[in-house]
Amino acid sequence: MSNQNKKAKFSLILSRVLAYGVVIFLCVLCLFFFVLLILMSSKSNSQLQGAFTLTWGGHFLENLKNAWTDVSINIPRGMFNSLIVALCSALITTYFSALTAYGVHVYNFKMKNVVFTFIMAIMMIPSQVSAVGFIQLAYKFGLTNKLWLLIVPGIAAPVVFFYMKQYLESVLPIEMVEAARIDGSNEFRIFNEIVLPIMKPAVAVQMIFSFVSSWNNFFMPALLLTKKEYKTVPIMIAQLRSADYSKFDMGKVFMFILLAILPVMIVYTILSKSIIKGVTSGSVKG
Amino acid sequence: MAKGNKHRKSVSYAKWAYIFIAPFFISYIIFTLVPQALTVYNSFFENYQNGLQQIGPNFVGLGNYVKLLTPDKAGTIDFLRYFGNAMGMWIAGAIPQFLIALLLAVLFTSARLNLKGQGIAKTIIYMPNLIMASAFSMLIFALFSNVGPINKWLVASGIIEKSFDFLSYKIPVRTIIAFMNFIMWFGNTTIVLMAGIMGIDQSLFESANIDGANSVHVFFDITLPLLMPILSYALITSLIGGIQMFDVPQVISNGKGTPNMTSTTVIMMLNNYLSTSKNYGMAGALSVMLFIITGILSMFVYRMLAKQYKK
Repeated sequence: MSNQNKKAKFSLILSRVLAYGVVIFLCVLCLFFFVLLILMSSKSNSQLQGAFTLTWGGHFLENLKNAWTDVSINIPRGMFNSLIVALCSALITTYFSALTAYGVHVYNFKMKNVVFTFIMAIMMIPSQVSAVGFIQLAYKFGLTNKLWLLIVPGIAAPVVFFYMKQYLESVLPIEMVEAARIDGSNEFRIFNEIVLPIMKPAVAVQMIFSFVSSWNNFFMPALLLTKKEYKTVPIMIAQLRSADYSKFDMGKVFMFILLAILPVMIVYTILSKSIIKGVTSGSVKG
Repeated sequence: MAKGNKHRKSVSYAKWAYIFIAPFFISYIIFTLVPQALTVYNSFFENYQNGLQQIGPNFVGLGNYVKLLTPDKAGTIDFLRYFGNAMGMWIAGAIPQFLIALLLAVLFTSARLNLKGQGIAKTIIYMPNLIMASAFSMLIFALFSNVGPINKWLVASGIIEKSFDFLSYKIPVRTIIAFMNFIMWFGNTTIVLMAGIMGIDQSLFESANIDGANSVHVFFDITLPLLMPILSYALITSLIGGIQMFDVPQVISNGKGTPNMTSTTVIMMLNNYLSTSKNYGMAGALSVMLFIITGILSMFVYRMLAKQYKK
């Protein structure tokens, strides 16, 4: 009996060791590229031309200054443009999705089921399908190089709507809305002052997701933003690739890449817990 | 009387519902539905720029579709070839992505193992999913380029004699792209599958334990069958993402699909139609084809979601 116990204990320890090994290996793999990027962005061009070492180069601030003041790639401008688009998209997407979800959730109206089924059905249509017509219209009406054109379509975000609707179902008792009505609040005030604060966790999670996806968005902005002063960060990064990289100061190139991903990384380190919670709840109930 | 009152109340509030959902639908119609309709309309016209010269729009019926699916002089159909490229790279990344995600999800949810530090591990493995794909691609390109650190290191340590241009050979390029897709997505899949496993009735695991079933049996007889809906949901959404693959191969190959168009995807083809020749006709036909393919796949996802939702 005690022999069997020992055996079971041994096999448990062994499986734990193996499991930790696998997990640690994968974590190291994920961090490896990030660490490598930080190390590379600390090296001067001549250090990068020389032998490859995994050491701190000591030229981090110099590279940062060179990248920040580069004339051909105006990264501060790019980051500013990206920030405007990403922040406004995040605000607009979450507010209007919450509003739509609330409208479908609390009211009884004839089209209720039709509306819900319709939004569910359009959820999976890839955005590239409308791209051709969208680009054509933008060129026809002279709306290229307009940042707002990347922001306003966010009002209709079926996936975010779906998330908000599910959240409302789990947190908002209809009695609460009815009580507010008896107090004489009008419907808009009920939404803005009572419902929206209740939805804060859901709004926060979706704001982060829409900020990130907008910050990283490449396909549409690259087709719409042709003037230098309106370009966003991903377009500038792709431009680096098409330039003759062998003539580039490579330390500066690594610094550009670091600057492109840094804002999202900072947000992520602060809010990772709620982000990870949000990954699942949006799509399928567990 | 009370009943009538209630009825009147719900009718009078209905107008608010329409006011609240109006912005969504107005925006959807202007920025999505109309462009979509225009995309379909375009697909029946010859309409492109040849240098400064505008050709069309001339009605050509299904001409663009026929052109899209007709073999060229070399006997290849570009659309199918690029679709195949995207699928090949997707599969090569998705196999390790799903196997490792399944393994991690089982390890993290195992009560027997009771692993510590899960929060940190999840934070780290999910991180690559948030990194800007074009920046990550540029990083990988800079690392693997002819004069990049990896070649420097390989030469210095005597593994190869002179630098090897990874990015001009088919297999290395595709492997790099598949590997990047794997790194960017396995954490996301792990978290989705974990939620799925935690949603399974825990008493099933307990009774299997009492019956003395080993963990391999528990996995194949309980976890996997009950995880099937979420696993197939994750697989299909990943497949749709694979069809739409763009940022990574575009930046890695500088939009050229090097070598010899073996890393060109359908969306890169769409991008070429839209950016250089403003070929709205062919771009329209290509989009409609993509719409049909993803539409069929989405139907499955929709059904699954609807089923889940009704529960």
